[in-house]
Amino acid sequence: MLPQVGNTGLMDPRLAEAIERIYTNERDRILATLIGMVRDFDLAEETMHEAFAAALGLWQSSDEIPDNPRAWIVGVARHKALDRLRRQAAFAGKLPELQHGVERIGNRGMPQSAGTRGEDVFPDDRLRLIFTCCHPALSTEAQVALTLRTLCGISTDEIARAFLTTPQTMAQRLVRVKRKIAEAGIPYSVPAEHALPSRVDSVLTTIYLIFTSGYSAASGDSLVKADLCREAIRLARLVDTLLPGRGEPAALLSLMLFHDSRRNTRTDGDGNIVLLEDQDRSRWDREAIVEGVESLAKALRLGVGDNSADSRYAIEAQIASVHATVSCPGDTDWPRIRALYADLKRVAPSPVVELNEAVAIAMSEGAEAGLARLAELESCGRLDNYHLLPAAQARLLDGLRRWAEAAERYQRALTLARNEPERRFLAARLAAARARMAESATLEPTCDTH
Amino acid sequence: MQYLLLIYQNEAGAPAGDSPEMATMSKEYADYTRAIRESGHIVGGNALQRSASATTVRVRDGKTLLTDGPFAETVEQLGGYYLVEAAHLDEAIGLAARIPGAKWGTIEVRPVRPMAPPA
Repeated sequence: MLPQVGNTGLMDPRLAEAIERIYTNERDRILATLIGMVRDFDLAEETMHEAFAAALGLWQSSDEIPDNPRAWIVGVARHKALDRLRRQAAFAGKLPELQHGVERIGNRGMPQSAGTRGEDVFPDDRLRLIFTCCHPALSTEAQVALTLRTLCGISTDEIARAFLTTPQTMAQRLVRVKRKIAEAGIPYSVPAEHALPSRVDSVLTTIYLIFTSGYSAASGDSLVKADLCREAIRLARLVDTLLPGRGEPAALLSLMLFHDSRRNTRTDGDGNIVLLEDQDRSRWDREAIVEGVESLAKALRLGVGDNSADSRYAIEAQIASVHATVSCPGDTDWPRIRALYADLKRVAPSPVVELNEAVAIAMSEGAEAGLARLAELESCGRLDNYHLLPAAQARLLDGLRRWAEAAERYQRALTLARNEPERRFLAARLAAARARMAESATLEPTCDTH
Repeated sequence: MQYLLLIYQNEAGAPAGDSPEMATMSKEYADYTRAIRESGHIVGGNALQRSASATTVRVRDGKTLLTDGPFAETVEQLGGYYLVEAAHLDEAIGLAARIPGAKWGTIEVRPVRPMAPPA
């Protein structure tokens, strides 16, 4: 949201609304251009806000908005930045880097027509900004924080709330990452062609991390978390648009859209978990699914590279699409899902992928086959503290009416569960399994006497 | 013979940029540099940016792996150095990744602090 500047209450509401809309839609692009000019994240952000404040006053008194408000804001902010650097340079005497900054901004041709004609005078610098914020020489947390702050305009306090840390810690993290960019000389540029695959992967990893932080059931402010998912999708769309020849951004976009289409059905009104097969599919977001299907088709058409990391999102998106595009859980093509997990295991091996493959085996070949695979996975010990392994075993045992074993596995999963909704869900399943166990014991009283 | 004199210090305890302590320290360093220049000993030297500005580079299985921050392993020891001129960090990382030792050891890429030319 546009920071409060001056008395907007006295303003023509239509004008105020128009400026708010410009801020929402153009902020990231304006900031990207300004950072490119002044090479200073803070100076760019401050002068952008000053320019918006100036716009509120000026556009109100003239009662009109320039044809190209973005160019107008950039022009005014650039002027203010230049002014400030000149003042600092004069004050500090001969500091070479300040002088250098003044020259650099001064030399960056500022078209005379800016703000008067409707033409687009500044190139879109957002891709440069994305590659800078997601530079692999920055820590992952720093990449996430800076991307959210800079490209998404989410406040430091909100980011702190989403990641369960204090505003002070988050503010410190942002100061440090901006300092590293400046001191280490991280370039403000789109990487060269040969470096692009690995750099795109770094960008997509950060975007997906933002999405999963918003999507996971772990605690954190739920409104901010919905924002994180929305912003991650917006960023993937942006990267997809700005790098039209590559398949990976489209693959990640489609994966997130499929997940997000189920946002409103994943929990009930009381925040309890609703499993995929029990969700009301009529309430899945059709628009998101349609866009997901289109993006996935585009990704597969463009190809997603032979690099394992590149094809990961495309495979995951295909798995998600199998679920998203059937209207009845019974129609799910489990053999296909199983085959896709086998592919995924090859390009991105992990015990969690193997766990999902085991579930797909159970669904396509029967619970016994699934349990056998889960037992193998359990014996390798890499998922010892992962609650979803015993939870998956418990569900299959449930289906086989082996209530006592199911109850034991639910109990184990409950001990390992990481958050309240998961614990509630598992506790309810455990209680149900125990009830069935007691029921079957009274029906078959001879069982225990042998 | 040539000797490399490595300066270690506690960054957290370093004086602030505009403090009298910093002014004293800067003067001491300027005096020392002038003295060893006049005595003909100096070959080169630089102040470095904070260790937080460092990036560590390793090459394993042909892939360049980056980590934010300085080298923090105690098993490996400093074995040599290159001072290079590069347009930006990406170019410096590219040069670091080509050092043979990057395949088995670790290269810390640390920017040199720009200094105003002596008055």
